[in-house]
Amino acid sequence: MVTKKPAKTTKPDVKKDEVETTGHEWDGIKEYNNPLPRWWLWTFFACIVYSIGYVIYYPAIPLINGFTKGISGWSQYKELDEAKDKANLEKGDFEERIKSSTAEEILADDSLYNYTVAAGQAQFALDCSQCHGLGANGAKGYPSLIDDEWIWGGDIESIITTITHGIRSVDDEDTHDMGPMMAFGADEILSKDEIKDVVSHLLVLSGKYQSGESSSRGETVFAENCASCHGEQGEGSTDMGAPTLANQIWLYGGTRDELFETIYNGRAGIMPAFGGKHDASTVKKLAIYVHSLSQ
Amino acid sequence: MVKKVKVEIQEPSQKPKSLLDLFYKPNKIYQARVRGKFRLTKWVIMYPLLALYYGLPWLRWDRGEGVPDQAVMWDTAGRKLYFFFIEIWPQEVYIFTGLLLLAALSLFFFTTLFGRVWCGYTCPQTVWTDLFFIIERRIEGDRHRRKRLDAEPWSFRKIRLKVTKHFLWILISVCTGGAWVFYFTDVPTFWSDLSHGDISTTSAFWIALLTCSTYVLAGFAREQVCTFMCPYARFQGAMFDKNTLIVSYDEKRGEPRGKKGGSEGDCIDCGRCVAVCPTGIDIRNGQQYQCINCALCIDACNEVMEKVNQPLGLIRYNSENNRISENLSLVGASTKLKLIRPRTLIYAGLIIAVMSILTFSMTRGRTLVEMNVLHSRNPLFIKLSNGDIRNVYTLRFVNKQHKDIDLKLSLDGLENAKLHIPRISHELSTTMLLPVNAGSVATFKVFVEKSGALAEHGRHNVTFKITSDSFNDTYETYFMGPKQ
Repeated sequence: MVTKKPAKTTKPDVKKDEVETTGHEWDGIKEYNNPLPRWWLWTFFACIVYSIGYVIYYPAIPLINGFTKGISGWSQYKELDEAKDKANLEKGDFEERIKSSTAEEILADDSLYNYTVAAGQAQFALDCSQCHGLGANGAKGYPSLIDDEWIWGGDIESIITTITHGIRSVDDEDTHDMGPMMAFGADEILSKDEIKDVVSHLLVLSGKYQSGESSSRGETVFAENCASCHGEQGEGSTDMGAPTLANQIWLYGGTRDELFETIYNGRAGIMPAFGGKHDASTVKKLAIYVHSLSQ
Repeated sequence: MVKKVKVEIQEPSQKPKSLLDLFYKPNKIYQARVRGKFRLTKWVIMYPLLALYYGLPWLRWDRGEGVPDQAVMWDTAGRKLYFFFIEIWPQEVYIFTGLLLLAALSLFFFTTLFGRVWCGYTCPQTVWTDLFFIIERRIEGDRHRRKRLDAEPWSFRKIRLKVTKHFLWILISVCTGGAWVFYFTDVPTFWSDLSHGDISTTSAFWIALLTCSTYVLAGFAREQVCTFMCPYARFQGAMFDKNTLIVSYDEKRGEPRGKKGGSEGDCIDCGRCVAVCPTGIDIRNGQQYQCINCALCIDACNEVMEKVNQPLGLIRYNSENNRISENLSLVGASTKLKLIRPRTLIYAGLIIAVMSILTFSMTRGRTLVEMNVLHSRNPLFIKLSNGDIRNVYTLRFVNKQHKDIDLKLSLDGLENAKLHIPRISHELSTTMLLPVNAGSVATFKVFVEKSGALAEHGRHNVTFKITSDSFNDTYETYFMGPKQ
């Protein structure tokens, strides 16, 4: 049987831990002395010992002309170089394959193609974007590389040739150079009226206007003076580097005034040859990237 | 006006002799063996937990070809987290956050109800300390033998016992460190690599770190971890209230303590409750922050109460409200628990809310295929030689399934628009079939072309549509033409 005991009211005789005070007192508020355990002190000392080792091993103390180098010789630059070496090593396999593969082989391999396009894009930003724009959309006088007109050919081999040898480049013997477009007005080959007629004909060719009197006259002038390079129907020639005229794309602008100016003064676009600056692999990367933009 | 406060500094009564005197040396705790229902409960919880930790990585879970078949694995290289049927991609790290949130809320919830049950029964620090303790006791004997052994001068026997103990401790520590690495690698591969002496620096580092921490924390630091290192021990007070269940001494019944017959109280002051305490406190001093609610003192006290023919429960799980209530503190009075309180309701509500969100996002909210469309901005549109307008889009698909899929792509909102993906086909078409490999991210550059006369109106809103046998999705974007 359970015996019930009366509830006691006496305070328990618990030995309360009397916490020692530090002796500091502010306005009657005393500071208890609750010391840390000793192992805590040892970890603190261990940290100090570690820091001495750190100072000896790593660059640490700033001096007037530099800093202590530490025996490890570690530096952020060195770390960067190592990271770059490591990245180059990883890139090495791709680079080897780009060197030994034809453009078709690169196009057929997804991972190699993706690497090549990414590498080409970075190179494009360095070498090509100044004229052609970062998005390769060109500007007046600088062809867009993302549309479907190619003055000197748009297949990968043609692009490689163009990048390697340039266009009318002074320092490359094999450069694309079928001579400049003549200055028909300035050199007094055609009269201003004849040029205006040719402009009318061009606007008909490109589908902007219906043919009329002026364009009919222009057609004859065109056949005699322009068709040898640009073709009878203005279809252009990638062998001659003569742009197609029977379409919506005008390298130097498609208004009457702009067309007049082009025919009057002639044109001769120049692109530097990159063959002397870059190896075949880099040119291949650039060509495949440029090709990927539109095809 | 700032009142000047006079600062009075009195010299402390005793000046410290050295720096070390400013710090205290914790007494080594010689925990005594105890038997009882709570000790048994602790064993019953401890062994499955240890088995879980060491064994879980060996469990296989078939997910199909090319995917790890380990049930639980944090794949650092593949950036995925596998947990049985759950597979967390980097894009879904919120699920992991949700699981952590759930763990924290559950901890708070159970602490509010039952005190520090986590600390007393399931915390790794407690579990491994118990494991180390049982080895220590098997080799060196119980409390008094261990005390005597430590006091003895060095002898062959003492060295033999100590070496055996530390050897076993280190063995367990190495296993613990090794099992940790298992959670981050494919176990059979790692194991066969290891048998050929092939181990990465990272793995070796983690094994070494976990070995050291297990050995030091479970072998030496023990209760110091709970009192000085663990942040939870210090803020758990915030979850307590007067209805929280804590291990407490019935002082009304026990006091004044003393030899049986010599005093009125039931406590015979045998000191067993102090001897079995893993943190070395005296529960009779009331609630203390060092107490991890392991209830071993309850077992110890009950053992003694049985021997002296007194009712059990002088030390028992009780709440502050019960303790101070006159009636309930009487012997045999049941421990009434008030479970439903504002704070338990709030925690429970939060848990249910997080669980619902998680369940939704892991089932209906989780898409097995993700689609993203980026409209090219440089330039916004391209004029082609025949006057057509082309816009370029980058489409990215994440296929979280373990099978290859073909997605049918079409475009809505733009009449007579044609799609063209040079990498797939040079044909212009209204629909395209995009192959996306199992468990991969695929990117496609899509050209959309539209006859010039119809496109010259600036911006058109368009929608990319994806259909496959298991998945449909749409993505709204725009098509740009020149402004007239």
